[in-house]
Amino acid sequence: MAILLAILTAFILYPVLRVLWISVTDDQSNLTLIHFGNFFRRPLFREALWNTLWSGFLVVIFSSLLALPLAYVLARYEFRGKLLLQTAATLPLVIPPFVGAVALQLILGRSGMVNLLLRDWFDVSIPFMEGLTGVVMVQTLHFFPFILLNTVVSLSNIDASLEEMAQNLGCHGLRLFRRVTLPLMLPGFIAGALLTFIRAIDDLGTPLMLNYKNLLAPQAYLRITTIGMDDVDGYVVCVVLVVLSMVTLLAARKYLSLSEYATVQRAAPLSRQLHGKQLTLVWLIIAVILGISLLPHIGIVLLSFAKVWSFSLLPSTYTLGHYEEILLRVPHFVINTLIYTLLAAALDIVLGAAIAFLLLRTGVPGRNFLDAIATMPLAIPGVVLAVGYLRVFHGWDFPGLGAPLTSSWLILVVAYTMRRLPYTVRACYAALQQVHITLEESAQNLGANRFRTFIKITLPMISGGLVAGGLIAFVTSCVELASTIMLVPRIELGPISYGIYLYMQSPLGRGAGAALGVVAILLVSLGTYLTHRVFGARAGNAFRV
Amino acid sequence: MKAAQVTLKDIGKCYGEEWVVRDVNLQIQAGDFFTFLGPSGCGKTTLLRMIAGFAIPDRGSIHLDDHEVSRVPPWQRDIGMVFQNYALWPHMTVFENVAFGLRERKIPRGEIITRVNQALTTVDLQGRESNRPSQLSGGQQQRVALARILVIQPRVVLLDEPLSNLDAKLRIEMRLELLKLQRDLGLTTIYVTHDQEEALAMSTKIAVINHGQIVQVGPPRAIYEQPIDNFVAAFVGQANLLPGSIRSRNDHTYAVDIGDGNVVLAHAIGVTFQAGDAVSLSLRPEAVELSPCEAEKLSLNTLQGKIIAAAYQGAVVEYAVSAAGTTLKVRVANATGQTLYQRGDTVCLSFAPEAVTCLAGFSNK
Repeated sequence: MAILLAILTAFILYPVLRVLWISVTDDQSNLTLIHFGNFFRRPLFREALWNTLWSGFLVVIFSSLLALPLAYVLARYEFRGKLLLQTAATLPLVIPPFVGAVALQLILGRSGMVNLLLRDWFDVSIPFMEGLTGVVMVQTLHFFPFILLNTVVSLSNIDASLEEMAQNLGCHGLRLFRRVTLPLMLPGFIAGALLTFIRAIDDLGTPLMLNYKNLLAPQAYLRITTIGMDDVDGYVVCVVLVVLSMVTLLAARKYLSLSEYATVQRAAPLSRQLHGKQLTLVWLIIAVILGISLLPHIGIVLLSFAKVWSFSLLPSTYTLGHYEEILLRVPHFVINTLIYTLLAAALDIVLGAAIAFLLLRTGVPGRNFLDAIATMPLAIPGVVLAVGYLRVFHGWDFPGLGAPLTSSWLILVVAYTMRRLPYTVRACYAALQQVHITLEESAQNLGANRFRTFIKITLPMISGGLVAGGLIAFVTSCVELASTIMLVPRIELGPISYGIYLYMQSPLGRGAGAALGVVAILLVSLGTYLTHRVFGARAGNAFRV
Repeated sequence: MKAAQVTLKDIGKCYGEEWVVRDVNLQIQAGDFFTFLGPSGCGKTTLLRMIAGFAIPDRGSIHLDDHEVSRVPPWQRDIGMVFQNYALWPHMTVFENVAFGLRERKIPRGEIITRVNQALTTVDLQGRESNRPSQLSGGQQQRVALARILVIQPRVVLLDEPLSNLDAKLRIEMRLELLKLQRDLGLTTIYVTHDQEEALAMSTKIAVINHGQIVQVGPPRAIYEQPIDNFVAAFVGQANLLPGSIRSRNDHTYAVDIGDGNVVLAHAIGVTFQAGDAVSLSLRPEAVELSPCEAEKLSLNTLQGKIIAAAYQGAVVEYAVSAAGTTLKVRVANATGQTLYQRGDTVCLSFAPEAVTCLAGFSNK
């Protein structure tokens, strides 16, 4: 317990507190709010704050508009092509948003596919990807599956008898939906929407890729990296982001606990068959959604094989050279990713299992505090954690290392481990909950002490959950960008996401960047597929905080 | 392993401010089938778990034969516990489940196989070694749980409501099987249940528990026929409880005034009452005889009443009768062709003085 507390404090709590400290103290180390005052006085920052809130809000709105009707159809109807829709819904999840940003730039940008066609045919061009619109669009396309999956679960969890009772008393159709179904699924949906809001406002990769700087996350990044470690404003921006995220997270948890009251272990409401005009309409919608979801994937794949592609609908020439580059000439991007993410996943499993065990099987005081710290990273943007690490671990030799932690690739492993810890804790917790305590007590009764009971009974029974948790940590770490670009000590130590970021800076490197993006997509797809095989339909539980 | 004697001395356990078990003193002899009987929440499972080692008493001590074991961890006590939900490990086969305890005791492989097969035969599950628990019915799972502890030949066997998850018919079957098994093997058995029929059918001794304290200990017959107070009378079997006051006493027989001008002859066990004492009369439903009222004089211990409800149950007929200002439950054994009373019939209820027990006048709830 003490060891866990020490680790988590050192790598989560302390760096964040340090950032907070700097933002509320002046040169003589007195507490002051003057920095925050300065923040709100500068139009640049006020604009960034407003843009952040507004874009986050828009992303949630648009994602919901896309997701809700689809969720209802998926949850309550049976029809041919349902599987296709379910697949289409998860496609955006396997492509990291910043990779998707690049791809969409190609297709929807000023000189992209669509606008070229529009200019040819209608002599207009639509600024899909200009400024904030572009950011919102990319994030919407990436995040709507979260809301979709979340809403499907909320709808399916409604006890059938609640709706049947209403029907028995004469209520049906739209009225039934409005008076019974909607209120029951609302808390779960809102929890998902709030979590999406957090992820949207914390996203650094998309604005950077689209070169739109007037949001809080890029502002924090820019100030620290260009002006320097001592620029207070950077820290202030970080704190503002953290406060926003924390408040939203707490609200999300409250809504999630509210949603539990409607769920009973009973059959979900019956599915109805779709046919005729309704079916055609649904198919049409599926085709559109599928098409839009696939755009980034198509774009990236094309780009990875393109030798020359500008101002034309499709690449003029194709090549395998980009893959040669990233796999043979500089394979370290891919190899580093594998090393860092697998190591982080392993660490996460061990930490997650230990914390889950402490929470569920012991009465050690302070364990809830430990759980709180372990869950904090959900509300700490990657930028902020990275800034904290730079501040705390820079300039002194880490024990046993002979050099500052920030100059070693280990800092990346630590960042990934801590950022994904909440997911593995939840996965291990859910798995351990399934093991009824009498299964362990009966082993003790027959002569096995605590340790042997853990090895022979508990561990085999939670192994599925452990692996699933590790997979989630692995998959999400593969495409982590925000902390990565701030913490990579040298180019050779960079993982895939860093490589993509570097390559995408220049037009010549876009091909190689795209090739790396394809590798990232493949890794994430593999991990997601394995997670579903291991965890089955319960995989969603790991994301429900 | 020889069956052990279990002694509880002054046992008390509290959770926070609340004492869930208090002043428990029990002596359980080797070979006893000893039942803790009481309503939900009375502390009987807590007592069992303390004997097993999953809870530590806050006061008092627990002894197995001559050794004090209050703080010995569960894995060193050498007793076998069957849990209410059986707790069979889903990732192991039946054989591995049953062999677990033997493997922990480092018994050689050959002997394990023999003993496991023997145990499975004892509970009539031979041939099921390679099944998984999920492939077995509830009754079969319960027998695996039994075999799992029988195979280690424990000093004491603890059973925590093992039959409550079975359907009614199966429960009665298993009751007899457990009874036979225990009598054959002579294992000291401690059984927890809230089902008083079960307790009466299987035990050699019963401890009735309420609010964490022992109310009465004794063999089943004594518990049933000589309840020490209202609570035991009402909890074990059915009882009609009539409030009244002592009018006079003649040797061990009391005349009790129960209101409405009715006087009933009753007896008391172990206590003496004085005239004027408030008492509760306990009368078992099966001790009452019903007859159509002839116009002859009402003899002592006869009440007149009216049938409110009649429930035909095959072997018995249960009546609710309004008499002496209250509703009395009457149980009549059914003989084929016997006349059944209907709602609204006037009847006469008669019962012997030996069937009515005087208990101290306050309800013990």
